[in-house]
Amino acid sequence: MQIYLPIAEVSVNAFLLLGLGGVVGVLSGMFGVGGGFLMTPLLFFIGIPPAVAVATEANQIVASSFSGALAHFKRRTVDFKMGLVLMLGGLLGAALGVLLFNYLKSLGQVDLLVRLCYVVFLGIIGGLMFIESLHKLLKSRGSGSVRKRRDRNLVHSLPFKVRFRTSGLYISAIPPFVVGIFVGILSAIMGVGGGFIMVPAMIYILGMPTKVVVGTSLFQIIFVTAFTTLLHATTNYTVDMVLAVLLLVGGVIGAQVGTQLGTRLKAEQLRILLAFMVLAVCGKLALDLLLQPAELYSLGAAQGH
Amino acid sequence: MVRVLFALFIFFSVTLAQAEEVVLGMSQNEVAITATFDGSNILVFGAIKRDSPIPNTPLHVIISIAGPSKPVVVRRKEQRFGIWVNKDTVEVDAAPSFYAIATTGSFQEVLSETEDLRHKVSINRAIRSVGAPMDVSNAQSFSDALIRIRREQGLYQSLEGTVALDQQTLFLTTIKMPANLTEGEYRTRIFLTREGKVLNQFETSIDVRKVGLERFLFKLSRENPLLYGLLSIAIAILAGWLASAFFQVIRSR
Repeated sequence: MQIYLPIAEVSVNAFLLLGLGGVVGVLSGMFGVGGGFLMTPLLFFIGIPPAVAVATEANQIVASSFSGALAHFKRRTVDFKMGLVLMLGGLLGAALGVLLFNYLKSLGQVDLLVRLCYVVFLGIIGGLMFIESLHKLLKSRGSGSVRKRRDRNLVHSLPFKVRFRTSGLYISAIPPFVVGIFVGILSAIMGVGGGFIMVPAMIYILGMPTKVVVGTSLFQIIFVTAFTTLLHATTNYTVDMVLAVLLLVGGVIGAQVGTQLGTRLKAEQLRILLAFMVLAVCGKLALDLLLQPAELYSLGAAQGH
Repeated sequence: MVRVLFALFIFFSVTLAQAEEVVLGMSQNEVAITATFDGSNILVFGAIKRDSPIPNTPLHVIISIAGPSKPVVVRRKEQRFGIWVNKDTVEVDAAPSFYAIATTGSFQEVLSETEDLRHKVSINRAIRSVGAPMDVSNAQSFSDALIRIRREQGLYQSLEGTVALDQQTLFLTTIKMPANLTEGEYRTRIFLTREGKVLNQFETSIDVRKVGLERFLFKLSRENPLLYGLLSIAIAILAGWLASAFFQVIRSR
């Protein structure tokens, strides 16, 4: 069934969108990743304009992160104070990101920016995931990997120290604020939640206990992606509500199915497949940039008329 | 003096009445973009009214449908540091969002160059490109690219020889409008030509607009973007909450 998307102004198959939402939802439920970094490039591939894909995906992530965060609220695994600091940084970052996005849009380079960001980050994440799961496969019965604590002198020597009770930390507010800014920028440019950057940063840089990391990052993501949605909707008019609803219906159902599957299947071994998928999407985007395109020209709406 | 004018008036109205004139019918003068819009076929048909006998030279009919004209930026990619990036830019002052031209014969046969210039009938003439920046080489290739890209999207169509003309009196054609239409007044023109000269011209318009939910959402997003943004966030929050509540009920059973 074809459906006309009012903002994207293209006609696409509704079941394709529901299916995409579902598949990415299953993956995100199974592996605990947000899914934005897979969904946005897939939307490019099916012909949604990149600006609409990024803005609409931010809107969809509001739904999936809220749904995920609810479970963590109940289990009290959210550090609200840390979340607040991350969120303030995130809001600032999102504003900066949208400014950059709109500036490059006026230069006609926004597609390049979005695609380059994706190639770089998907390459890094896919590569790391692949190496990690390969290690786990090789020594599948090894003892739990001993992680080296990072040198935390810098985090401890900065001013504005704050006590984060839930995390059991007494550190400067500057590092989480900076992490928040960085994630906010990525959220605005790439249409992702940024959990894949924030979670490792929280563990390795801030030294937060793993128990509260996911809940706190989800808490931050709700607000930052909601703010990003609002900024894109008011400055670019690129949030497509019909597209968002179709994706999030598939997404939330898929996520719940994925969570169930994840507890039954050996997700660690499937993780290598996810790594391959991420690398494949990255490779496709990279090839588009490297190979001579069949059509050298592209059309855009004129500014300032 | 008045008599002379009156006589002139009579003379001209008689000659006008003697010329061949279009009487037009269309399957629809409105295209509604609904949620399930998947393109539309428009049937354009009509007859030629004349008082005098049919001349010997062959009659041709040209039908054109043009969407609203807007300035378009055309960018050309170049290889920089190994990757292909947009570099040169030319702004085409006005290009119709949709343009279909259907004729009874080959284009050279039905319309002369000067008449095309006067009435701006062919796709090349319908696009207006005045000032390309001096530093951009080969500016013509940009408007060619615009036409090529829109042709591939089905937005620009030259349908030579697709108008059926019966006994030099009845004509009929269908024009397929694709799903990726933009809103606006679609100017529809019908020309009657003999030996490349326009004898008569008839003009009407097709109203293409989003309706229902599509219209509501599009208008809201442009006229009240803050409310639209808040609404999309509210829907997302609600959906997230519903999903987790729903699956909790299922799991607790």
